[in-house]
Amino acid sequence: MKLWIIPIGLLLAATLCAIPLSRYFAWIMDGKFRPPRWLRFFEKALDTGEQTWKSYAVSLIVFNAGLFVTGFVVLALQPWMPMNQDHKGMLAPTTIFNSVVSFMTNTNLQHYAGDVNLSNFSQIFFCILNMFLSASVGFCALVAIIRAFRGQKTVGNFFVDMWRVFVYLFLPASILFAVFFISQGSPMSFQSSFQVTTLEPGSMGTNDKGEPARQTIVTGPVAALESIKMLGTNGGGFFGMNASHPYENPTAASNFFNTLAMMLFPFALVLMYGRMLGKMRHSWVIFSVMLLMMAGTIIWSVYFDTMKPNPAFTSRAASRTYDIPDKTAPGGKIDVCKPRVAGLPVDQHLGNLEGKELRFGTSAGATYAAVTTDVTCGSVNAEADALNPLAALAPLTGMWLNCIFGGKGVGLMNFLMFLILGIFLAGQMVGRTPEYLGKKIGGREVKLVVIALLMHPIMILLPVGLFAATPWGMKAESNPGPHGFTQITYQFSSASANNGSAFDGLGVSYGFNDNPNPAPEARAWDIATGLVMLFGRYLPIIAMIAMAGFLGEKKSAPFGLGTLRDDTVTFGFLLLGTVVVVGALLFLPLAALGPIAEQLGPIPFGG
Amino acid sequence: MNMTAHISDPPLKVHSARKKMRRKPIFSMDVVAPALKDAFVMLRPDVQWKNPVMFVVEVGAVLTLVYIVMALLGKSESQVPISYFVSLDAWLFVTVLFANFATAIAEARGKAQAESLRRTRRDTVAHRRLAGGATEEVSSTALRAGDEVVVDAGQIIPGDGEIVSGIASIDESAITGESAPVIRESGGDRSGVVGGTLVISDSIVVRITGASGESFLDKMIGLVEGAIRQRTPNELALTLVLSALTLIFLIVVIPLVPMAANAEQYMTAYLGLDKPLKSLGTDVPTLIALLVCLIPTTIGALLAAIGIAGMERALRNNIIAKSGKAVETAGDIDVVLFDKTGTITVGNRQATEFLPMAGYSAEEVSRLSAVASFADETPEGKSIVKAYEAKGNGSAALPAGARFVAFSAQTRMSGVDLPDGQRIRKGASDAIASFVKSLGGAVPDALRSVVERVASKGATPLVVANNGTVAGVIVLSDILKPGMKERFDNLRKMGLRTVMITGDNPLTAATIAAQAGMDDFLAQATPEAKLDYIRKEQAEGKLVAMMGDGTNDAPALAQADVALAMNAGTQAAKEASNMVDLDSDPTKLIEVVEIGKQLLMTRGALTTFSIANDIAKYFAIIPALFAGTLPWLKGIDVMHLHSPTSAILSAIIFNALIIPALIPVALKGVKYRSLGADALLRRNLLVWGVGGVVVPFIGIKLIDMVMTGLHLIA
Repeated sequence: MKLWIIPIGLLLAATLCAIPLSRYFAWIMDGKFRPPRWLRFFEKALDTGEQTWKSYAVSLIVFNAGLFVTGFVVLALQPWMPMNQDHKGMLAPTTIFNSVVSFMTNTNLQHYAGDVNLSNFSQIFFCILNMFLSASVGFCALVAIIRAFRGQKTVGNFFVDMWRVFVYLFLPASILFAVFFISQGSPMSFQSSFQVTTLEPGSMGTNDKGEPARQTIVTGPVAALESIKMLGTNGGGFFGMNASHPYENPTAASNFFNTLAMMLFPFALVLMYGRMLGKMRHSWVIFSVMLLMMAGTIIWSVYFDTMKPNPAFTSRAASRTYDIPDKTAPGGKIDVCKPRVAGLPVDQHLGNLEGKELRFGTSAGATYAAVTTDVTCGSVNAEADALNPLAALAPLTGMWLNCIFGGKGVGLMNFLMFLILGIFLAGQMVGRTPEYLGKKIGGREVKLVVIALLMHPIMILLPVGLFAATPWGMKAESNPGPHGFTQITYQFSSASANNGSAFDGLGVSYGFNDNPNPAPEARAWDIATGLVMLFGRYLPIIAMIAMAGFLGEKKSAPFGLGTLRDDTVTFGFLLLGTVVVVGALLFLPLAALGPIAEQLGPIPFGG
Repeated sequence: MNMTAHISDPPLKVHSARKKMRRKPIFSMDVVAPALKDAFVMLRPDVQWKNPVMFVVEVGAVLTLVYIVMALLGKSESQVPISYFVSLDAWLFVTVLFANFATAIAEARGKAQAESLRRTRRDTVAHRRLAGGATEEVSSTALRAGDEVVVDAGQIIPGDGEIVSGIASIDESAITGESAPVIRESGGDRSGVVGGTLVISDSIVVRITGASGESFLDKMIGLVEGAIRQRTPNELALTLVLSALTLIFLIVVIPLVPMAANAEQYMTAYLGLDKPLKSLGTDVPTLIALLVCLIPTTIGALLAAIGIAGMERALRNNIIAKSGKAVETAGDIDVVLFDKTGTITVGNRQATEFLPMAGYSAEEVSRLSAVASFADETPEGKSIVKAYEAKGNGSAALPAGARFVAFSAQTRMSGVDLPDGQRIRKGASDAIASFVKSLGGAVPDALRSVVERVASKGATPLVVANNGTVAGVIVLSDILKPGMKERFDNLRKMGLRTVMITGDNPLTAATIAAQAGMDDFLAQATPEAKLDYIRKEQAEGKLVAMMGDGTNDAPALAQADVALAMNAGTQAAKEASNMVDLDSDPTKLIEVVEIGKQLLMTRGALTTFSIANDIAKYFAIIPALFAGTLPWLKGIDVMHLHSPTSAILSAIIFNALIIPALIPVALKGVKYRSLGADALLRRNLLVWGVGGVVVPFIGIKLIDMVMTGLHLIA
């Protein structure tokens, strides 16, 4: 039972916080907050006037193009930038491309390790800056959609919205959480590293003179990065180890609030949606469906990881044999023999403990893995690669559906995509042509929704197929077979969902440009995932804004007895069914070939 | 009020429409045979191209055929026997044929229905009027618009037109199935006649409005037959989504090839084999089968049939829709406008009560009223006599020598002068007051309040005078048609707002609207008022349906989203509408809305079913695909199917057979119940959503068991 304290506490706390937060968000975004004069000055300076959805979308794209250029410059010039006490060099160009795209798309897939490859200047002016801005972009896009749904001809001003989200929402929340993380022991410093003698001399090896080597401990503005990393569901760690590093996540308490931080904005945004549209009951239905799905992924993950043993080390795995029909083989079949490591006497009564930070509790890793992918944060506090195979299905599902709360703004946008599809396909069963918010869903709207919906599976399935059969993927995976397949699948799912968590075990890091010994296929991975992140982010956002723009223009029919109600339990089931069925149809083959094949098969980790 | 108009009011036909539905078995031989032939003709790629889902299936079937031929020419490298590919390909073609058959049978039924209508429009002899007034005999096919023909009793009207002069009773049963003759006369709103109907009495001159073969009905029947069928906006959008789903599944299936190759390579290396392992996962025909199973073939096959069947259902109710869009829109209607007269109330007001003034009893007043009305042929007059007789007074006759005084616009009263000099009059209160005063009598003070009280209840007061005294007041009330209140309640449960249109004053209108359970009323309705009302509702985003017959209804009909014209109505009304009711039954709007809702529901239900089906197919096919490389995936084969090939064949056979199994649903439509949207959705989600997930698990298992039991598969 103790296992469930963390997940239940998190879901409860996040839901309770979301209610007042959503009120505050709606208040800010509706422009009802009158800031002090000096802040108003900035707001006025940024205000380029009310925009239609088209110019709003153009502003969004132009702004992101600016982010791309700035990010590229900061990273490419790292060796010549200040605050680089450890003289870190330049990353490989493909890695720079990948990282710049990764941070501007709110993905934070890291093909580098922050503690090894980035200077404090890059951490602040590339990572932290992008974390604030990319998180705000998704938020603003959703607000534009809400305004369009309300039937407004102009959907606000992108730059003013960015200012509001950045300054009135993210900044104060980040300061609050950063102070808390400092109190728990996270460093907050401009010094980049310390040389220390460890308690056990020689544990770090010896230098040329035979003296015990000193350990280099990397520090920096960790607390500042950590708070926006979680609040903005960015997920890119200061350290390569991310939230399992004791500086990023020092205590069990910091772990709880770390997890909670990434849930706050996505949770509150769903309720803000209802508040701004004046349809609270409707948004509670959406919220409940999302909450149910999140609870499902957490339960799945905890059950198969914390309560079940690693299937490879069980007597069942040792005793089963399988045969493959083959006419040419003697007896007409080939026996697949039992695994060599199965049946080792491993005590597994606490579940799978490999790759976990036990100071957080046994279920914390599995819980975190599910939550971080549901809300597309991508931060990790345990090794996803070491999860039990079936448990790994939970984070994968989170990224495939990409709408279990999801990232700020985009998660709800993705959910709206399913919602409109569901209404369009099944909603007709009430005997009316499909409508949402009283507006008829026509061909144009459906077309845009379908484009947005298509992007995600295309960006996962096609590259996975490509990499699975070519050296790009086969040389990069650490364990060939189903496990390696999961590694490839996870990487592209994470990129397309703009999640950013990594399964690990995949050789994708090139490192500094002068690295004599990079991972063999790192360049291919840099470019492929970079492109996937770009398409996976902007096409759906633009398509959904356009869809909202077109739908919003339509006349709104009054609500009647014959109208499909969007605030009932039945509607909730319609939504749940749509997301689950469509999700399953798209990704079941991947699930079967990866995690399920690994779980059922006799060969742990691909032999 | 135009009294003659009421004579031709259709008889009460509350349930007649349902009764008259010509029930026909779905698969009767006369439609199945041509449909089967059409199913093969429609294999033409240019026909299939219009239906992207089925086009993909056909391409897959042809590709599989090419694969088989190549395998036969060279040597098959596959480890599964060639018979597997042949049966796979056969079922792919059968899937396309089933889809074609569904469309063809819907069209055939529509055509059969239209044919029976058209049969009534055979060649007839027409008597065309020449310039001098003489007539010449010509064939009806030679008639042109503008020609005037004379039709006498016993002759068939040669073409659609309007009566220029004369009045006649006409038997329209050929078209409507209703045996009671109707009255048509020149001028006014009931001047329209339909070709093929029979004049029973009198003689009329008809101006032909449409040349033979291009008359209004001909055009509409052509539409119904599907010759010029246009897909509705909703149908187009749905086709788009189905195409997108097809594309998505193509994207799901194509990467399976390299993914399966990855597993083959890996297992070959793991087992240390010299010869590479092969699984069905890289086998092209099997992947085509998987694709066909996944793409929404069920709804793709039935979509056209559903649309055609909707039109045909309307036709069976004697409603001809000008477009599928009109039927579809009917399902979305929010507001329905009903004419009071003839729809909500029986045509005329009837005497329901007699209120005596001082010095008279109620019996006395009723007797006097009856005497004054014995010779009154108006419906009101007759109802007064009837009310008198109903009180057990037996039938009475006008005393000999009595002189009837007819109603005139000047006197505004009618009555009778008896031989003994007694003068009885009935009429409007002010007219009677002046009549009494002219005879030196006095008008009692109470009269005013009684008259006002009656009027305030929405009834019409008629005052009766006996010589110089006021005897009492006859109360004429509107009588609601029986059963209508229940039907309006039903409409309300469907989520529609009902509005009554009447020329009455607001007071009367309010009373009747309340009695009938209408949500709103439009009193003293002029054509402009109707138009404005519709525009106002539409501005609020509502869709409005209206029924009309007169030329002055035309602007409102044109404005309404669904406009149902009565066939007896004027040409202008019919042109302005998007549906025509051959029965001229004003309550038909209810059927129209139900047909529209049924159409949309059927579409939604079969789409949901089609997509929900896919889950089971995955569970059958995925383990089969990888039996050669990852045999432990058998663990997710919850149906425990016999072998990989039988699993794939069972899935594709189920996928094909479900199409003819659902043809009856597509043609008859999912039953609509006025439960309210939420209950309806819950019910349909359970039946078609959850059912759609469960049914294929059972179906595929059964097919597998049958095939294994009969040793049809290795």
